[in-house]
Formats: sequence, C-alpha cells, structure tokens
Amino acid sequence: MARILPYLLGGISVGGQYALIAIGYTMVYGILRLINFAHGDIFTAAGFFMVYAAASLPIYVSVAVVILLTIFMGVLVERVAYKPLRSAPRMSVMISAIGMSYLLQNVMWYITGGLAKRYPIIPWISNSVTILGYTTKRVTIITPFLTLILVVALVILIQKTKIGMAMRAASRDFETAQLMGIKIDNVISFTFVVGSALAAVGSLLYFSNYATVTPVVGAMPGLKAFVAAVFGGIGSIPGAVLGGFIIGISETLTKGAGLTTFSDAVTFALLIIILVVKPTGLFGEKPTQKV
Amino acid sequence: MKRNRIPQFFIIVGAFLLLLAVVLMLDNVPGVPVMLLIVLRKGAIYALVAVSMNILNGFTGLFSLGQAGFMLLGAYTYAILTVPVENQALVYQRYPNGGIGFSVTESLGRVLGQPGLLLGVIICLILGGIVAGVFAYLIGLPVLRLKSDYLAIATLGFAEIIRAVVQYEKLGPITNGSNLLSNFTNFSNFHLGSLKLDTVMPFVFAGVCIWVITLIINSTYGRAFKAIRDDEVAAEAMGINLANHKRMSFIISSFFAGISGAMLAMYQASVQATIFKAAMTYEILLIVVLGGIGSISGSIIAAFLFVGSSEWWLRFLDNTTVLPNFNAKLLFAIIFAAIVVSIVFLVVYRQNKAQKSRPEAVGRGRKILSLKLSGVITLVVGTLLLLGDLRFLISPDLQVPLLRSGFRMVVFSIIVMIVVLFFSRGLMGDRELPDLFRTRHKRL
Repeated sequence: MARILPYLLGGISVGGQYALIAIGYTMVYGILRLINFAHGDIFTAAGFFMVYAAASLPIYVSVAVVILLTIFMGVLVERVAYKPLRSAPRMSVMISAIGMSYLLQNVMWYITGGLAKRYPIIPWISNSVTILGYTTKRVTIITPFLTLILVVALVILIQKTKIGMAMRAASRDFETAQLMGIKIDNVISFTFVVGSALAAVGSLLYFSNYATVTPVVGAMPGLKAFVAAVFGGIGSIPGAVLGGFIIGISETLTKGAGLTTFSDAVTFALLIIILVVKPTGLFGEKPTQKV
Repeated sequence: MKRNRIPQFFIIVGAFLLLLAVVLMLDNVPGVPVMLLIVLRKGAIYALVAVSMNILNGFTGLFSLGQAGFMLLGAYTYAILTVPVENQALVYQRYPNGGIGFSVTESLGRVLGQPGLLLGVIICLILGGIVAGVFAYLIGLPVLRLKSDYLAIATLGFAEIIRAVVQYEKLGPITNGSNLLSNFTNFSNFHLGSLKLDTVMPFVFAGVCIWVITLIINSTYGRAFKAIRDDEVAAEAMGINLANHKRMSFIISSFFAGISGAMLAMYQASVQATIFKAAMTYEILLIVVLGGIGSISGSIIAAFLFVGSSEWWLRFLDNTTVLPNFNAKLLFAIIFAAIVVSIVFLVVYRQNKAQKSRPEAVGRGRKILSLKLSGVITLVVGTLLLLGDLRFLISPDLQVPLLRSGFRMVVFSIIVMIVVLFFSRGLMGDRELPDLFRTRHKRL
C-alpha cells in the first residue's frame, strides 16, 4: 500500500485535471456533436498566458487574467472556426477543428520559439506538504477537491438556471431548441466560456505540477481528456469526471508498474474496450437512430 | 464511353513516362536545386499516403485517423527486414544480439546484384504493406462497428498504442526500442549505370501504387465504397455487405499507407517511432482536404503543393531578413500596404453587397456598410496590419518584422484554415484531372 499510495495520489490529481478538461469536451460535444480538437491547445495556451502574465503582473491578478484570456480565446476559436460551418457536414467541422489545433500549435511555437518555458510558482498551491509519510505538492491534494467543487457548481448551473436549461434543450435537440426561441449562438458561446474557464483552471493545476510548458504539451492531455469524456459517456458531466479519474489513476498506476512506455497506450486501450463493450460510455444516453 | 477509355489510358501512361524521364533528368543534371529534389521525393511519398487516406475518408466515408500508425508498421517492417547483417551490431548497439540475423535485400542482392536488390526492396515494401494490412484487419474487428467521430478517435488511439508497443523495451532486439533504425537499403543504393535513381524510384513506386488504387476505385468494389459513403442504409438495401466492404476499404487503405511508410523510411534513410505522431495524420488529412475529399488527382497535386510550400517556397519566412536601404524598405512597405488594402477591400466589398441584397435587409433603411462578423474582423485586422506597416516605416529598423523561425508554419496553417473555411471543396472537389479537360456540354 505504501508503494502504491504516491501513484494513487498522483493519479487522482492528474485525473482531476483531466476531468476539468474533459468537461469542456463533453459539453461541446453534447451540443455541437463536435470533437473540439483545439481544446487541448486552448489548455496549453492557458499555460503560456500564465507564463507571460506572471512575468509582469502580481501572481493572483494573473490567475484571473489567464482565466479571462482563455475564455476569450475559446469563444474566438468557436466564432472563427466552427460558427461559419454550422450547416456544413460534420466531417468538415471536425477537419476545421483539426486545422485550428494545427494553427494554434504553430502560433504558440512561433511566439515561444519552440522553447520550453518555466511555469511560474504559485505560492501556497505549489508548496510541499507531507501526507501519510509521503511528501508532495499541495496542488496534488487540492486538485480533486477543487474539481468536485467546480463540478457541483456546474451541475447546479446546468440544472437550476435559465441558460443551463437552454443548454440542456440544445443538447437534446438542436433544431427544436432554436424553434422554441433559444438563441443557439449564445448558448454555444456560453458552452465555450464554461469549457475554456475549466480548461484554464485545469491548466493552472496541471502545469503547477509539471514546471514547464511547451507548445505541443497539451495535445496528449487533451486527447486523454477526450477519452475520459467518451469513457464516462459523452454529453454527461458526472461521466466525464468519473472518466477523468479512472484514466488518471490507470495511467499513473501503469507508470508505477514500470511500464512508462505504455502509460499513453493504456488510456486508448481503455477507450477501445469501453467502445466495444458499451459504446455509449458509462453514463451515456442511447442515441436514437434516424434514417 | 468505352471507345474513349483506350486513348485516355495511353495518354496517362505516356504522361507518366514523360514525367519519369523529366524527373530522371532533374536528378542527374548538375545545378538543379536540391530543395526541388527533396520536394519531389517527399511529395511522391506523401501523394501515395494521401491517396490511401482518401480511399477511406473520401471514397468510403469512414473518418479514420490511424494513418500514421499504419505508416509506422510499414516503415518498421521494411527497416527490420533490410538492415544488412554486418550493420546490425552497429544499429542495435543497445541490444546485444539484436536484429533478425538476415537481410532480405542483402541476400537477394548478393545472388542477383542490382536486380536482386530491387526485388528485395519490392518484396519488403509489399511485406510492410501486408503487415499494416493484417493489423488493420485485427483493429477493424472491434473498431469498424463505430461511427464517425468514435471511429476517428478509436483509430487515433490505435495508432498511439502501436507507437507505444514498438518502443517497448522488451521488443528492443527487434524494433530497437525507442532508438533509431538506420543503415538499411534505401533509394541511394540504386544506380542505372552512372545515373542516380533517388528521385525516380519514389515516383515509380508511388505511381504504380496509385494506379492500382484507381483501378480498385473504378471497380465494382470501388463503386460499392462510394455507395456506402453516399448512404449506408441505401447501400445495404442494394445488397452491399457493409461490414465486409468497410473492412476491405480499411485494409486496402492501410496496406498502401504501410507501403508509403516504408518508402518514407527509405527516403529518410532512418526511422524512429517518434515521428509517426497524431500530428502526421493531421498533416495527411489536411492534404486530402486541400486536394478535395474524394479526388485522387487532387490529393496528388495537394501533396506536392503541401510539401513544396512547407519545405521550400515558404522557407524565406523563417529567416530574419534585413533590407539593404531605405528605398527598399519604402518599396516593401508600399507593396505590403497595397496587398493588405486590396484584400480587405475585396472581402468587405463582396460581403457588403451580399448582405445588402439579403431579403431581410430590405427596408431597414440605408446603411453604408453592412457586414458579418468575419467582415468586421477582416477590417480590424487590415487596419492593424496597416498601422504596423506605418510603424515599421517610421522606425529606423531595416529588419523585416515578424520573419523569424516558425513564422512559415503560422502562415502555412493560416492558409490551410482559409481553405478549410472558405473553399471547403478543396482544389478539385470530387473531380479528377481528366474531368477538367472534358468539354462542358457532355456533362449536361
């Protein structure tokens, strides 16, 4: 147990971060039926925003600035790359998402010169703490709690508010929701606002643990978070969170077993298993087949 | 129609032979820029892999993102089979007694000379394709039951798993773990007398493969693929076995991806698993989109344009450039401003006209400018660019702004995005090159 504990803690922490990113995927997919491939790059961009913001602003101000900038960027990506293709076939939108991801990676590479940037140390959450005889950064401990708090807040937002109701309606049936007077563009923008804000928080936690940011670093966590979203059942927020934790824990346990090469592969193996056994994921709704 | 077929076939073969002759000449005439040769070689390989991806995405309507994984399988199969025995100790430094202990090309080359070497290469290329095809069959069993996005993400996942497995330490004696495989037979081992064949060979291999692919596309199977793409339910009702045809399309596509991966290994003279990332699949997908989904000739043209612009023509954007004097700077600034103004004017003018003629705009009073969000963005970006240009003009700096390492890829990806957003049919749509030469009235 003492040997497994650090990996378990690490897994829960990484899992929480994946969960925060996964929510962005699952919400966008729920409404637009689109894998937002650029989401992982928005997550990376949030990391770079923090690097540059902390260089000139006080650290707590820059946290707020980072979240705002990330939100702006998420909405901008939606407006530029997805909105013009609203009536296009799904494949075109997906290609546009891949192109956007390619563009963002190249822009980040250009701005940073391809070098890894040191992530600023956020006081308190980057401090070391000892738990059960095992020393770790405080961020490892607070990630799962912060994740759960944010998720509960989000669920309340979706269940109790008017915009939340509009989002649920839009994810159930896009066209009918429009006919009922829901301004679909606003709903979609709001989805991207929430998704990007959570990705920004996720990136704050993730990079506090990893110390450096590079332009392509977000691609893999992004994909894994998507896998988490599929695992939990795409469109379902509790599913995305549970999926995030499962993916995170199984990944770190693989590393703990000395099979670091396979830590990425395990994620995808889980994905394929769930797709074959239960294609809708753990909490997914059964899609209706229309001819 | 049947009468037309024969001359068209001869025209295409003739054109291809002519192309080979030109390429052979370029390869052997001194003074040809080396970048041109690189673009031709890499372009031919990318053309094949783009066409192979088009079989799935364009002709069968299966959105798969596993191409890099199948290329990796082909590349590794080829490399492992062709490292000469005496080089194996050197290549597998970290794994004593690594390597398979024989080399197909070497053994055949020793017996038959150059033709044997060629035969060995062809056998190993095909074996590379077959290994990729076998894996495609196995992967297809669970994955092909999935639809659109799920299929995409699952195939992407499989490509990642394959990449991880190849790098696994325990497989090191065969795959060399995460290290480079090199020193195997490649294009530069071949000569015709004193002529180099470095560029002709990728063209011949890719050409033959693409020809086979067009035969498949135009066969009954190809028509069945297209039927599945257009409407699965209708296709099934017409008696097409969906599972069979999807699997077949997946295997054929992976087979040719494997061959192109092996060719990429030959071209690079080394192979390492780390280059076959998801980013590679995305690039190939973007080539297919640029060329037009469902057009073979489009994919070929786009592959050469893609490789050419990313490796060669846009290269100058990566170098910091210092202008010689103030006059050159003035000229540069004026030309830049003229380009920006004309593009912005064109976009704004067209959109203004389109917006004004929309039915709901009538009766809203006279507005001078009526724009969509994209028009406003163009206007703002244009103004910012002009301001930047002005600032550059008054500053004492002679260095051209923005140009530095990485800018090439930014410009390139912006071009890709513009094509994806505004010209979603790509270069050719779903037409082929010969269609362009046909007269209009036939189609009516």
